[in-house]
Amino acid sequence: MENNSKTEFVTDLQNKKVTITRVFDAPLENVWRAWTEKDLLDQWWAPKPFIAKTKFLDFKVGGRRFYAMVSPEGQEGWSIQKYTSITPKTNFKMYNTFADKDENPQLPGSDWDINFIEQNGTTKVCVIIINESLDRMKKMIEMGFVKGFTATLQLLDELLKMHQ
Amino acid sequence: MNLRRDVFQAIADPTRRAILVLVASQSMTAGAIASNFDTARPTVSKHLQILTECQLLKQEQIGREVYYNLNPDKMKEIADFVEPFRKMWDDRYNKLETVLKNLKKDGK
Repeated sequence: MENNSKTEFVTDLQNKKVTITRVFDAPLENVWRAWTEKDLLDQWWAPKPFIAKTKFLDFKVGGRRFYAMVSPEGQEGWSIQKYTSITPKTNFKMYNTFADKDENPQLPGSDWDINFIEQNGTTKVCVIIINESLDRMKKMIEMGFVKGFTATLQLLDELLKMHQ
Repeated sequence: MNLRRDVFQAIADPTRRAILVLVASQSMTAGAIASNFDTARPTVSKHLQILTECQLLKQEQIGREVYYNLNPDKMKEIADFVEPFRKMWDDRYNKLETVLKNLKKDGK
């Protein structure tokens, strides 16, 4: 890619897989904390202009994070992340779903596999999202987490139909 | 240069999307493409021009005819629809970088 983004983003539509990789100039300890502690997560999780608001986070296998992305108008989009596997400072997995404000999940969700690798004082984070559905991606666009580009999805729909 | 944005603008138009779907299965001349639409021929030509300018279509001269083909590389860029989601992650991770810097400053 020609831009100077530090985030590597690879989609594998056929296998419904998205891989996002980035190296942070920070020790593993801190990066792990930023991904697993409520107050730290809320400082970075929401894409602009949203604000992340975590109601609770219980970081253990079977535990959940229940959080909202709050729009500048105050609209809340709730999500649940259920932790399904934890290997401290190496990897954790979670099942991600949109939800209503009463914690009812909207299935299906997607499986997330988050890997942390320390390299000479920097930390590489590799997020693998599996079963990311077109519907979910559409919803992210509709809710405004991802700006515009609805046309992209319409075109994609048409192309997918054609190749069936 | 804002080629990327142009691509997304190009596919925002329903006629242009229909053209892309049409030529996806076979290369076609401007006339053949136009015959699929009720729109006036010059309007279709304009759409073809826009699609060609942003590299979604490729022109190929065969004999006296110009055929339009889908440019698979450019289409892939869109079909993967990497850009909006990559942007979201980039934005998110830029924030995380700031959080991590502050953590470092505060000591462990």
